Amino acid sequence: MKASKESFAYTPGLRVTPYTYVRRLRSLPLKGEILVNKGEHVNFDTVVARCCLEGMPHIVKVAELLNIDTEETMRYLLKKKGEPVKKGEPIAKYRALFGLVNKTVVSEVDGVVENINEITGHVTIREPSKFLELTAYIKGKVDEVIPNEAVVIGTYGAFIQGIIGFAGENFGELRVAVSNPQEVLDASMIAESDAGKVIVGGSLVTYEALERARKVKVKGIVAGGAKMEDLEKILKTRIGVAITGRENLEFTLILTEGFGKLPMSETAFQILKENEGRTAAVNGATQVRAGVLRPEIIIPLEKSGRRQEKEELGEGKMKVGSIVRIIRFPYFGAIGKVVELPIELNKIETESYVRVVKVELANGQVVTVPRANVEIIAE
Amino acid sequence: MQHVPKLYKLTETNISRVHHGFIFVKNLSKKEPSFILATDVGSTTTKARFFGKVGNEWKFLSSGEAPTTVEKPVEDVTMGIRNAVREVEELTGHQIIDYSSRELKFIMPYQGGKKGIDVYVSTSSAGGGLQMLVEGVVKTITAESAQRAALGAGAIVMDVLSVDDERDTYEKINTLRFLRPDIVLLAGGVDGGTKTHVLEMAEILAMAKPRPRFEIEFLLPVVYAGNKDAREEVKKILEENFDVRITENLRPAIETERVEPARDAILQLFMEHVMAHAPGYEKLKKLVSTSIMPTPAGEGMMVRKFSELKCVNSIGVGLGGATTNVYSCFDGRFLRTVSANLGMSYSIGNVLKEADVENAKRWVPFAVSAEEVMSIVYNKMIRPTTIPMALEDLVIEHALARESIKMAFNHHKYLARELKGLKKERTISDIFEEVKAEETYLDLFRINYIIGTGGLLSRAPRRSQSMMILMDAFQPVGFTSLVQDSVFMMPHLGVLSTIHPEIALEIFEKECLIYLGTVVAGAGRSKVGSEAAKITVEYNGGRKETLTLQFGKIIRLEIPHETEVKVTVSPTRDFNFGAGFGRSVSKTVRGGVVGVVFDGRGRPVYVPEDDKERFGMLLDWYASMNLYPKEKIEEWRSHL
Repeated sequence: MKASKESFAYTPGLRVTPYTYVRRLRSLPLKGEILVNKGEHVNFDTVVARCCLEGMPHIVKVAELLNIDTEETMRYLLKKKGEPVKKGEPIAKYRALFGLVNKTVVSEVDGVVENINEITGHVTIREPSKFLELTAYIKGKVDEVIPNEAVVIGTYGAFIQGIIGFAGENFGELRVAVSNPQEVLDASMIAESDAGKVIVGGSLVTYEALERARKVKVKGIVAGGAKMEDLEKILKTRIGVAITGRENLEFTLILTEGFGKLPMSETAFQILKENEGRTAAVNGATQVRAGVLRPEIIIPLEKSGRRQEKEELGEGKMKVGSIVRIIRFPYFGAIGKVVELPIELNKIETESYVRVVKVELANGQVVTVPRANVEIIAE
Repeated sequence: MQHVPKLYKLTETNISRVHHGFIFVKNLSKKEPSFILATDVGSTTTKARFFGKVGNEWKFLSSGEAPTTVEKPVEDVTMGIRNAVREVEELTGHQIIDYSSRELKFIMPYQGGKKGIDVYVSTSSAGGGLQMLVEGVVKTITAESAQRAALGAGAIVMDVLSVDDERDTYEKINTLRFLRPDIVLLAGGVDGGTKTHVLEMAEILAMAKPRPRFEIEFLLPVVYAGNKDAREEVKKILEENFDVRITENLRPAIETERVEPARDAILQLFMEHVMAHAPGYEKLKKLVSTSIMPTPAGEGMMVRKFSELKCVNSIGVGLGGATTNVYSCFDGRFLRTVSANLGMSYSIGNVLKEADVENAKRWVPFAVSAEEVMSIVYNKMIRPTTIPMALEDLVIEHALARESIKMAFNHHKYLARELKGLKKERTISDIFEEVKAEETYLDLFRINYIIGTGGLLSRAPRRSQSMMILMDAFQPVGFTSLVQDSVFMMPHLGVLSTIHPEIALEIFEKECLIYLGTVVAGAGRSKVGSEAAKITVEYNGGRKETLTLQFGKIIRLEIPHETEVKVTVSPTRDFNFGAGFGRSVSKTVRGGVVGVVFDGRGRPVYVPEDDKERFGMLLDWYASMNLYPKEKIEEWRSHL
C-alpha cells in the first residue's frame, strides 16, 4: 500500500492554548462614537463605543382610518413632516356635516413624523432613537481604533474555543468544580457562593446542575458535553441549526466537546485548572456556517516571558507523528498519534471507500479512521 | 409558462453522435479543450471533478474532495479548492496547480503530457448561498410568483411578505429590521392595475431599512419586478437607502407569469455583490473560465436538460449539506425550490427538529433511543465534515435523508401549483378572499424519472441505498425510473454546459447518470400479507415470470439497464398502479444497477408502529433490496 509522509487535512481550528495574544474586534452595528483611545487600558465591562439605534417606525394608515381618498390626506393632517408627536396626540382630524361627523387619528407612540405618503395616505411616526453601548468584553488594552466603527482590544491570556455554546457574553471568576475531566458536574457541586462565577465541569453537565446554576446566578458553565434533551428543557426550545448566542438563558454555557457525556480535553481542563480564581470572559455565540464562530473562554493574563503559542495551526498539515483527536463515534474523543497516511481509498465498516489515517491510541491500539473524522491538535 | 427547448438545425457536420436518444451537437465555433477541471464549493465540502478526452470520448477521470474553507484558520475558499485539486493530482499524477505561485493558480492551457488544463469552471453554495427576502402584494399571486423567481435563481428565501400575510405592519417591519438578506425582490400589481398596495410594501421596506449581510456601507440591492406604472414611485421611496434595479413585471397580467427577467437580475446581482463578499471569492472569480454559478442553478440546469432531451416528466433532488433542492420538469414546466435549513450536515439538526425523532426512527431497523439519535445527529451538526464510520451511524443518517427529501418535496409541491387568481377581471384587492388551496400539478403517476444528486446520495456505499432513500422519500406510484448522479457532478456539468454544452451532455449521459432501476408501485392499502397484485414479467425471447406481490412486501428482480422487459400488473381492487383501482396496466421498462423493484407497501408507505413488527418488516425490505451486508441484517434480526 502506498503511503504519504504528510497530507493536507482539515482542522476545524479549535484553539486551546495556555498563553497567546488575543485580539477582539468590538464593532458597532451602525456608525457611532468611540469612547476610548488607542493604548488605553480597559476592563471587561468598560463601555468602549456606542451608537444610536433608530427607533421603531409605525405606519399609520390615515386615509383608511378617516375613510377618505388617499390624495385628500394632506388636508386633514394636523402634523407636518419632522414634527414631534406624543402618544395619544391627534395627528389627523376629519370633520364633516357641520361637525356631526368627527373622526380623529391619534399617535400610538411618542416620536417624530418621519414621512407622509400622499399616494398611499400613510403617515410614518418613528419612535425616539436608543443608545446601544458596547463593552470591552475582555480586560486589556485598546490596540486599534477604527473611527466611528470599532475598536480592537488585545490581551495576553489563555484561550480556549469550545465546539458549541449558548447565550452571549459574560465574565466571572473561574472555579473548577470537578477533580478531573471525566467527572460529571451535578447540582450538588454548585454552591450559593458560586453566584457571579464561571463554573468548570468535566464530561457532562446535568439538567439539575443547569437549573441550579440558573438559581444561584452563576455567569457561566463550561463542560465537555450536555445531553440534548436537557438542553431543550433548559432552553425551552429545540435547536435546529448551530447558530446560537441569543438564547434566553441567564448564564453562558460552553460545551468543549459536543452533545452527550464527553470528557473535556485534558489540555483544556489543565488550562482552566491552572487559572482557577482568575477572571475569564466567556461567549457562547456559535455559528457553524460561513464566517464560523466558535464559543470561547478568554482568561486575560499579565505579559510574561512564557512561550507564546502560534496564532493559528495553519492549513492543517497532517504528518506521520501528528497528534490528532478522533471526532466521531465509535472512538469519539480518543487522542492518538498518526502512524500512517495511506494514499489509496480504503473501505470502512459502512462499505464506503474513503481516505483514511491510521492512528495509534494511548493504549497502543492502532485504529483506521476516515481523515475527515480527526482534528489535529499538535503538529 | 410553457418552456420551449432550444432548437438546433441539425446537419451532418454538426452532429457529433447519437446515443440513447441523445443527439450530441458539436460546437464548431470553439477549439475543443483536452482537460477540464470543475469544482463545486459546497457549504461543507469542496468537490473537484476532473475530465479529459480519451481517444474520441470524454471521460470523468478523477475526483478530489476537501472541506470547504470558510472557517478559521483558513477563511479563503481557494484553499479548500487547492486541497481538493491536490487530491486529484495525487490520484492521477496529472499536474494542475501552478506551484510557482503562492496564490492558487492553475496551469492553463494544457501543456501536453500530464500537465495543465484548458477549462476551469465552478459552482458554489458556500457562504450560506444566496439569501433573499421576497415581497409581493397577494400571498398566493404576486408573492408566490416572486418566490418562484427567487427560487429559480437558486436562492434561499428567508421570508415572504405580502399585504395579506396575516402579520400587522409593525410585525412586518420588526421582522425586516433583523433580517440580513443579500437581495430583496419586490413585486406586486399587474401592469396598469392599482399601485397602492405595492407602494405600501415598498414603504414598509423603506421604513424598516434591513441591512445587507455584508458590510455596513453597502446599499442593499432591491429588484423591483412589479406594476410598471409604479416604477418611479418605488424608486423615489427606496433609492435613498437601497440599490434599486428595475426589471419587467413578473406578473404583467393576472394570467401571465414571467419570472425570467427578475431571475436574471438576481443572478447578475449575485455575481456582482454576494460572491464578491464571501471569503476568497475575488481570487476564485479570476480563476474561472466562466461566471461562478449557484450550485442549485447548475444542478437544475442538468435536470431540465435531461427532461427536455428525453421528452419526459421528471423530478430531481439535490440533497446538500445545508439545503435540499428539488427540481421538477412537468409537461414542459420547470420549477426549482431550495429548502433552506434542510440538509445533511449543517442543517441535519433542523431536519430532526422538523421531522421529529420518532419519524426518523421509523426507518431504523434496530432499537435505538431518542437520545442516541440526537447525539449522532447533533454532533454531526457541530462537526459537519465528519462521516459515519459505523453502519448503524450510516443507517441513521440515511433515515434523516428520507425525511429531509420528503419535507423539501412537500415545500416544492406547495409551489408547484397552477397560477392563482385566474378568470377574475377585478382589482387585486378584490381577489384577496377568493384564493383557495389547490392541489399540486405534479401527478406522481405521470412522473417518468426521479433523479438524485448531492453528497449523501452519490456517496452512499451501495446504490440500492440511494434508490431506497428516493423511493421512501418521494413514494412514487405507477412506473418510475430512478436515476442518480454517479459521483456528484451535476452542478459541475451545469456550469460547464454554459460554455461547452456538447461536452457537458456527453459526460452527463455516459459518466454521470447511473440508472438505478424502475420502481413499480401502487397506491392503496390492505391487510399486511394479503395480495396486492399479480405481476407478469416478459423477457425478450419469450421467457415469462409470474409473481404475487403482497401488501407490505418488496420484490426486486436483478434486471440490468440494457434489458427491456414487459411488465403487466393486475392489481386487486384495493390498489391502483396507474390505470385505476383494480385495473391492469402493462409497460415496457428497463432495469438498472439495482433492478426492477415491485413495491407493495402501499401509499403512503405502511410502516407499523409496533417496534418488533416494524423492525421485522424493515429488515425484510432491506434484505430484498440488498441494502446492507447480509450478516449485519442477520445480526439485527437476531435481536428481534
